[in-house]
Amino acid sequence: MIRIALAALIIISACGRQSAGPDPIPEINAEDVVSGYSFLTAETQALQDDDFANPGFLWVDRGERLFESTQGVSQSCSSCHSDGLVGAAATFPKIDPASGALINLEGRINMCRKDHQQADQLPYTSDELLSLTSYTAHQSRGMPINVDTIGQAAKHLSAGEDYFFTRRGQFNLSCAQCHNQSWGQKLRGDTISQGHGNGFPAYRFEWQSMGSLHQRLRDCDTGIRAEPLPYGDQTYVDVELYLAARAAGLKLESPAVRR
Amino acid sequence: MASIRLSVPSKAASGDVIELKALIQYPMESGYRRGSRGEAIARDIITKFECTYDGEVIFKASFGPGVAANPFLSFHTVATKTGTITFKWTHQHGEVWSDSAEIIVT
Ligand code: HEC
Ligand code: HEC
Repeated sequence: MIRIALAALIIISACGRQSAGPDPIPEINAEDVVSGYSFLTAETQALQDDDFANPGFLWVDRGERLFESTQGVSQSCSSCHSDGLVGAAATFPKIDPASGALINLEGRINMCRKDHQQADQLPYTSDELLSLTSYTAHQSRGMPINVDTIGQAAKHLSAGEDYFFTRRGQFNLSCAQCHNQSWGQKLRGDTISQGHGNGFPAYRFEWQSMGSLHQRLRDCDTGIRAEPLPYGDQTYVDVELYLAARAAGLKLESPAVRR
Repeated sequence: MASIRLSVPSKAASGDVIELKALIQYPMESGYRRGSRGEAIARDIITKFECTYDGEVIFKASFGPGVAANPFLSFHTVATKTGTITFKWTHQHGEVWSDSAEIIVT
């Protein structure tokens, strides 16, 4: 008798869960949106704010040299972009009008290399690409994220959103469970932030180096024991767009310093 | 080529205590880590740093495998004369990187 009742209970609760679906995780209220900077220790904030000691500037400096260099390319980046690229990074990822594809800053820079400099694409994790991305992103420091999410971008936005809310990995966790539901709480020695991309490329102590947003995403996926996607993967670019849209108005900080 | 950043005041009054700062891009691979397949990663570090002011050594440091990547140094000296301040890093295998800045002392 008890056994039957228990079985019935399990069936009922299983049905209940199915019909109601998993508890939806709400989005962060617009007025609560804050940068990962606010979760750092005072010392790390001070390092980020110091334009000399912030080690990210080593990559910004190198990026500037590469931007002006003609070595291995038909013409320098600066020969076309003589006024620099102020504000450009704040609008990425964006749709490339020619191909209709959603591309991030790394993709755009490599496109310029291929189409305008008759040069090889730089590997995603190369110091050269990281330096050029850092130099470009730094020119938008302090500017609000301002991405386009309508038209052809809309389907990428929803693919990114889908990835963000889907549970994955051996730990069966979604990005949203940590970054929407648990921000401000501790995970090991770290404080979980809201998971915005506004500081990237960023210098991470754990990497002892500058790194791209995709490197950060791969670390988060690895952390929940999910298979990380390859660098530059289209789904990660879609996630990048969703992250930018969810952080719209937040100011770019690259080169940020993170733990 | 390693990226180097220096901070040296361009002007100072004679007798002023001035702060000098230097940052170099280097991985400082300790030699104690292993790669994802268990292979040893060879040590690859800068072992010496030297700063000279108008040819005279004013600061020296030795780095070991425990020093973090992209080492940052900051130290003070007294401004004595107009001249060149040179910063020099030496790799474990002898390669040298250096950069310098001018200071005008009145
Ligand atoms: C188990 C919890 C957890 C999950 C799940 C998780 N992250 Fe993270 N994430 C962290 C922690 C911890 C950090 C480092 C501290 C911080 O900035 O939040 C971090 C950092 C980040 C950052 C950098 C924030 C900054 O300001 O430097 C981004 C962006 C990010 N995560 C995005 C994601 C995305 C996208 C997913 C899903 C693919 C995800 N995370 C899944 C815990 C998680
Ligand atoms: C021969 C000229 C040329 C060269 C060389 C060149 N680009 Fe471009 N770049 C362009 C053109 C044309 C566009 C497209 C402009 C647009 O869409 O508004 C562009 C767009 C960009 C954008 C996007 C700007 C935005 O606001 O969306 C970035 C970033 C960029 N280039 C970076 C670089 C970098 C970095 C290099 C060197 C590695 C480089 N470019 C070399 C011509 C060039």
